[in-house]
Amino acid sequence: MTKEPVAVVGIGQTKHTAARRDVSIAGLVREAAVRALDDAELTWADIDAVVIGKAPDFFEGVMMPELYLADALGAVGKPMLRVHTAGSVGGSTALVASGLVASRVHRTVLTLAFEKQSESNAMWGLSLPIPFQQPLLAGAGGFFAPHVRAYMRRTGAPDGIGALVAYKDRRNALRNPYAHLHEHDLTLEKVRSSPMLWDPIRYSETCPSSDGACAMVLTDRAGADRAPYPPAWMHGGAMRSEPTLFAGKDCVSPRAGRDCAADVYRQAGITDPRREIDAVEMYVPFSWYEPMWLENLGFADEGEGWKLTESGVTGIDGELPVNPSGGVLSTNPIGASGMLRFAEAALQVRGRAGEHQIDGARKALGHAYGGGSQFFSMWVVADTPPAN
Amino acid sequence: MREVAIVAFGQSHHRRDSAEVSEVEMLMPVLHQVLDAVGLRAGEIDFTCSGSSDYLAGRAFSFTMALDGVGAWPPISESHVEMDGAWALYEAWTRLLTGEADTALVYSYGKSSPGDLREVLTRQLDPYYVAPLWPDSVSLAALQAQALLDAEDAEDTGADERALAAVAARSRTAAEDNPHAQVTGSPPPETLLDDPYLVRPLRRHDCPPVGDGAAAVVLAAGDTARRLCRRPAWIRGMDHRTEAHSLGVRDLTRSPSTRLAAERAGAFEAPADLAELHAPFTSQELILRRELGLGEGVRVNPSGGALAANPMMAAGLIRLGEAAAAIHRGAADRALAHATSGPCLQQNLVAVLEGDVL
Repeated sequence: MTKEPVAVVGIGQTKHTAARRDVSIAGLVREAAVRALDDAELTWADIDAVVIGKAPDFFEGVMMPELYLADALGAVGKPMLRVHTAGSVGGSTALVASGLVASRVHRTVLTLAFEKQSESNAMWGLSLPIPFQQPLLAGAGGFFAPHVRAYMRRTGAPDGIGALVAYKDRRNALRNPYAHLHEHDLTLEKVRSSPMLWDPIRYSETCPSSDGACAMVLTDRAGADRAPYPPAWMHGGAMRSEPTLFAGKDCVSPRAGRDCAADVYRQAGITDPRREIDAVEMYVPFSWYEPMWLENLGFADEGEGWKLTESGVTGIDGELPVNPSGGVLSTNPIGASGMLRFAEAALQVRGRAGEHQIDGARKALGHAYGGGSQFFSMWVVADTPPAN
Repeated sequence: MREVAIVAFGQSHHRRDSAEVSEVEMLMPVLHQVLDAVGLRAGEIDFTCSGSSDYLAGRAFSFTMALDGVGAWPPISESHVEMDGAWALYEAWTRLLTGEADTALVYSYGKSSPGDLREVLTRQLDPYYVAPLWPDSVSLAALQAQALLDAEDAEDTGADERALAAVAARSRTAAEDNPHAQVTGSPPPETLLDDPYLVRPLRRHDCPPVGDGAAAVVLAAGDTARRLCRRPAWIRGMDHRTEAHSLGVRDLTRSPSTRLAAERAGAFEAPADLAELHAPFTSQELILRRELGLGEGVRVNPSGGALAANPMMAAGLIRLGEAAAAIHRGAADRALAHATSGPCLQQNLVAVLEGDVL
């Protein structure tokens, strides 16, 4: 039994910003969807199904908003699925949509993820007090800071690595017209001297809160043949989950992430990711997660990730560019952030990433994670169809 | 298309209030029940998918706690929809169709008791123009019911208040044989009509009970299904469709999304002998019967349906499970299962299940 190959033929995103007060939630998602359709030179009538994702409903204060968004997304009369897998949701949503094409249930699917954080308060949305459960209280940063500290202790990484990542990603974002943060006057020294929020994470090493949406059109082989621009072909995709907290959990390098990467590489026939992958869009909401995930994803040996970052390998002109788009550190509409990673990976292999294009990128990894580092979703896309 | 079947089904005893157990504690026995039925452990399942709602739980990422209960170690391939579990089953079904998985565990759960469900559900509505008015779910269903009673073709559909009461009486009488049901037994329709209106034209018995509950199924493909279950309930087709959200642009007396989903699922290709319809309000059963072309020969909701137990996020999955269970025990050969979501039947899913000829 063979699966239908899946191609990305349309990508659209909004200009991400702190507050899009000029549009409703419906207006925001429609903007990204229309851009994806335009990129594919398709109309709403060409779409067989819609798969939408976002992080918790409390972030906007709307319960199951896909019901209200059906009209804006041209879903009336069509199947519509709503995915929610915490921070990894943007990636998971794309994978669920790809499954509809791969199983030949539908031929062309619109997938979209969004967050309009200005409608509510994400910190509050994450911190609702529940009896008998450990509260996160200080939002995501308070939860992840101890894991960063654990990484530093375990590997002996020097203090300044996180600042290098933040500075790199924010400089990369200047080449991406859709990125939220465009800090033209940022210097490495400014990152290093920014206020400490959750030791060891400084203000300039954290992601912003963004309003934004990202959409993709996925289609089958016949659909790819008709596409006006080169498609990105999916060579592998996987999700893995593990429990939030338990005695055996490795919070620095969760096994679910390692297993997920191994599955995707196996599907894509990749044996040496460091050499075979040309660009990486990695979910790095706090700067230290770049070296941590470099190890988790098999690009560096255990304890060696920070050396790769320090040596400049992950720079936009390096051997293994990580987050040429500016990444989550520059743009974070939470529910859409994972799909942005998947979409930016696809843009790279389509040769349509504009000023942040990596020359000759033929194979790219999109990566997302969520919850207490427990949900992972990834895909590998390439500029040629998979064998068979 | 690859052969995929529901091979096990379990559900909780649905109750008005389950304050003494957490969502996870409510779900766990059901998970164990279906896994025991097929002799598998969580780690031996290829794909897991769940459905639930943060708004019912009152906290973000509420599904993460359930995942801890599943025991996702070593890590599992897993996904979640913020929808009724029927749609989680749909996602799992497509995953099995690709051949990437041979087995799937699907579960869903919801506790309505901590809040006022009618008010909570208003937060599902258009947040700018409708939700601020707080129109509650029963009032919206009453609007739909009144439209049905007032429709020019009401005589053809037989939609009058007595017909609504008859649906309630039949459902709750049938539920006497369902140990999981929350509301069982009913006086005859004539007596029900003496009750006062809750929201005109709906009386209390025209509305679903508010309750807490959980459900789970196991899916399996091909020979694996035959190995795990004596008589698998094969999914011959499944489809779901959405309608506009705005009530002003919909004919509330019809359900075109149900009809289209049924057509795509192959429901009209052969007659069914049983139908499990997710019709939380009596009037909605009349609408669904017409769209699905169900004649008198079809047993509708022998479980009692959503009028006997309607745990949010699980009630749709339970319809698929009840239909499958009837096939498992040889009480049906070809069954329709339907799930709905959103105000006034906005979103509808239809599956066609069949058992092998014994």
